[in-house]
Amino acid sequence: MSYLEYAVKSTPSGFRKFLYMNWPLTLLLISVASAGFLMLYSVAGGSWMPWAEPQMERFGLGLAAMFIVAIVPIWFWRNMSVVAYLGSIGLLIVVELFGTIGMGAQRWIDLGFMRLQPSEVMKVALVMVLAAYYDWLPAHKTSRPLWVIFPVLLILIPTFMVLKQPDLGTSILLLAAGGGLMFLAGVHWAYFAAVIAAGVGLIATVFNSRGTEWQLLKDYQFRRIDTFLDPSTDPLGAGYHITQSKIALGSGGWNGRGFMQGTQSRLNFLPEKHTDFIFTTLAEEFGFVGGITLLILYGLILIFCMVTALSTKDRFSSLVTLGIALNFFLFFAVNMSMVMGLAPVVGVPLPMVSYGGSAMLVLMAAFGIVQSAHIHRPR
Amino acid sequence: MKQRKPKPQGLAYKRLPRRALILGGLQAAFVGGLAARMRFMQVDQADEYRLLAEENRINIRLIPPTRGRIYDRNGQIIGQNSPSYRIVIVREDAGDIDKVISKLSELIPLTADEIERAKTEMRRSAPFLPVTLADQVTWEDISKVAVNAPALPGVTPEVGSTRQYPRYEDFAHVVGYVGPVSDYDLSQIEDPEPVLRIPRFQIGKVGLEAKQEISLRGKAGAKRVEVNATGRVMRELDRQEGLAGADLQLSVDADLQQYAQARLAGESAAAVVMDCETGDIRAISSAPSFDPNLFVRGISVADYRTLTNDKYRPLANKTVQGTYPPGSTFKMVTAMAALEAGVISPSNTVYCPGHMKVGSRRFHCWKRGGHGSVDLETSLKRSCDVFYYDVAIRVGIDKISEMANTFGLGIKHDIPMSAVAAGLAPNQEWKQRIHGQDWLVGDTANASIGQGFMLASPLQLAVMTARLATGRAVKPRLVRSVDGIEQPSGAGEPLAVNRNNLEQVRKAMFSVSNNRRGTAYRSRIIADEFRMAGKTGTSQVRNITKAERAAGVIRNEDLPWERRDHALFVSFAPYDNPKYAVAVVVEHGGGGSKAAAPVARDIMLQALYNGTPPLEAYPAGDRERIKEQQKRLEGDRRPKARPDEKDRA
Repeated sequence: MSYLEYAVKSTPSGFRKFLYMNWPLTLLLISVASAGFLMLYSVAGGSWMPWAEPQMERFGLGLAAMFIVAIVPIWFWRNMSVVAYLGSIGLLIVVELFGTIGMGAQRWIDLGFMRLQPSEVMKVALVMVLAAYYDWLPAHKTSRPLWVIFPVLLILIPTFMVLKQPDLGTSILLLAAGGGLMFLAGVHWAYFAAVIAAGVGLIATVFNSRGTEWQLLKDYQFRRIDTFLDPSTDPLGAGYHITQSKIALGSGGWNGRGFMQGTQSRLNFLPEKHTDFIFTTLAEEFGFVGGITLLILYGLILIFCMVTALSTKDRFSSLVTLGIALNFFLFFAVNMSMVMGLAPVVGVPLPMVSYGGSAMLVLMAAFGIVQSAHIHRPR
Repeated sequence: MKQRKPKPQGLAYKRLPRRALILGGLQAAFVGGLAARMRFMQVDQADEYRLLAEENRINIRLIPPTRGRIYDRNGQIIGQNSPSYRIVIVREDAGDIDKVISKLSELIPLTADEIERAKTEMRRSAPFLPVTLADQVTWEDISKVAVNAPALPGVTPEVGSTRQYPRYEDFAHVVGYVGPVSDYDLSQIEDPEPVLRIPRFQIGKVGLEAKQEISLRGKAGAKRVEVNATGRVMRELDRQEGLAGADLQLSVDADLQQYAQARLAGESAAAVVMDCETGDIRAISSAPSFDPNLFVRGISVADYRTLTNDKYRPLANKTVQGTYPPGSTFKMVTAMAALEAGVISPSNTVYCPGHMKVGSRRFHCWKRGGHGSVDLETSLKRSCDVFYYDVAIRVGIDKISEMANTFGLGIKHDIPMSAVAAGLAPNQEWKQRIHGQDWLVGDTANASIGQGFMLASPLQLAVMTARLATGRAVKPRLVRSVDGIEQPSGAGEPLAVNRNNLEQVRKAMFSVSNNRRGTAYRSRIIADEFRMAGKTGTSQVRNITKAERAAGVIRNEDLPWERRDHALFVSFAPYDNPKYAVAVVVEHGGGGSKAAAPVARDIMLQALYNGTPPLEAYPAGDRERIKEQQKRLEGDRRPKARPDEKDRA
């Protein structure tokens, strides 16, 4: 096993590992999560229940998971990549067969103490397996068609399985994260040009499939797209969410309406205010200042990941760190675009802030891998 | 074993930092885009979104204003607001609605209709909104519900306000009634006030209630409430009190009105008592009448049919809306026209043989044998028709018509009641315009005795009499004050007629009811200070054919009711210093002297004495009968036991 080849002298060991963690990143994560607790407290009308307190417990769990993952050497995780990927595919099959239906989609496996969302796990597993693949692949083969098709398949299989659930948001995130990783790995830009062209073609096909027997998206997804293109056509129906969200966000103004004073969220004009639309509440109550602060925190998280990735000489570490950072970016970018009326309402929560157990746990574990890469980077 | 060496740095490896920076740059650009978007929405467009958010959360609820009350001249209440009780049900509190409703219907009577309507409304509205189950519920039923409240979750009694007319039939035609705003009402009003859209908001439908709607309604208040996304009220933000409607004080004396109404009972008739000095309407009754409270509640089809099928037409306001040929009561106008034109002098006489040939037709006097030689005084006193045919033809219709207008006939008086009729004082131009025919001399003869085209309402006759009595252009005034502000008096300017001529006509009118040979002598007033002048009228509603006249005119008593003559009487008193003018029309009542004059006299005395007059005011021979009558009317006027507010039996 490769981690046994590890020479103990050059890297920290034992509790010293904690000292060598990427502490700024850890603190940033804690700050963002704390902002989440505050907002969950607010949207519950000034109560720790039903959201803030469970969220704190889960964050504690996630933090523990991050530490545990962090102290395990990074090459262990590289070697576990294929296992993680195959396991996630297995979970996706399980959820397809036995999953719990929620919000019109089959997404969860009920484990009793928590509900596991395999697509969340898959986001990290996909990044891991692709990073491991490009770590393994000799550099000169990177852009050879045969060696390009294989990672493409690795991406498309889970993407379609998630799309079938149906969970458009996550499948887009998987596709984007996978593609981003291939780009980072140095695949020739011509492939990306081709894929983007094909993507445009695919979107055209999807639109054309509407109303036919082989319709690729559910009706509600088509309607969401329609509403996105022109929310004003249906202000009380499908466009209601996005319209109310924009009103809430815009009415926050510079300073916001004050903690727990957001009328739009307090009076239930906002839908899903504890999950997908929590940023709206934040922006309504803390205004532009609050919103931009959170955005800066997110940006710093990305920067610290980038620093880790560029300061390590280990290719897997770099790729997996950048992949996880990219995942994280896609998460909040899609969510924020959505609540600002820039993207369709696809049901992507705000990372570390929205209420939701498995997403938080998986994300913290993923940051654990980043931490591990940081601790165990070759010096 | 050694630490795994980093892989050699090939071409693809070199790309990593570069591509990472490219991707990082893209991410940074996107984050910048998000920040810019956020700035645009939260800084540049913040005000617009703030406004939208406020519109979302703030609802303006109207507070209906309290409707102005209506008083009589002495402060007796005529139209008031009384609490009305209704039972409402809130779906989310009720649980099993069917069970609750069936329990409720065991306690109080509920119609299947009411239940159905409530259920439909509940399905449509939000679960926390109260839905009315039963409206206008009696106090007794409310107590039953209150006592059983624990067994009736979600059911609560509510107090509202409704219009109530404590004088019942007496003022139905004057004040009219209110009712809930209908879609038709809204369509009739240009840019209706929002308050009108409050469910069950009451507005005046007819009569004074409708005509003075704006004063009576007041201004709605408003409260701003915060609502959540489902429309539930979270809290009241602020409230602006409305302005209660103005109280109206009528010129009418409720007691006199009640007396008049009682005195007319049993007939299809109208009586108007007018103050000669101020034009104040002291009483204006139309009989039979109806209970306006029925309409406020929403009249049942059966009740409404009873009212519309009655041949005495209780819904018609005969005082202003009904027009009748004034008959002989018009003769004063003809006389004035002749005197003013100088065609006759008071001492001129005309010979009456009982008929007169006008054109090719023979016009008859009511008295078959004729009156012989008659002068002005005799002509009025004994109501000779031929005298008027003769002088009218000499004066011409246009002057007569003009004089009629001078005395308030043929013109619409400004009085806040529904369907006020203008009547008709025809002239040559009118006939040409309306009928496209030339005015015939026979038309003049007909008009001279208030027949033919001539039409007047009882109100107009009262105005005419008041003007004859005072020589001033008295105008009717129904509303004495609005919100305590005195309305202009209707005393009017002196009429442009010769005082002396007027005096002659007044003297003749005095003879009508004080001279032994006068047509209204039997209805005279004995009391010296209250001597009454008047004029009877009997207006035909049918043509008497030659054949009938030859066979002898059929007596009124032998005719079916609707073909009998209208009986009219106009009077003023005291003669020396006129205080009141009274006009009475009894539809198909027969002769004016018999059917109308006694009524007018009784009402006049009631007004003059401001209450029940002493028997000494009546001619000695009538006193026994009058005593009986007073006793009977006293009984009628006692407040009757009224059925329950809501007759749910």
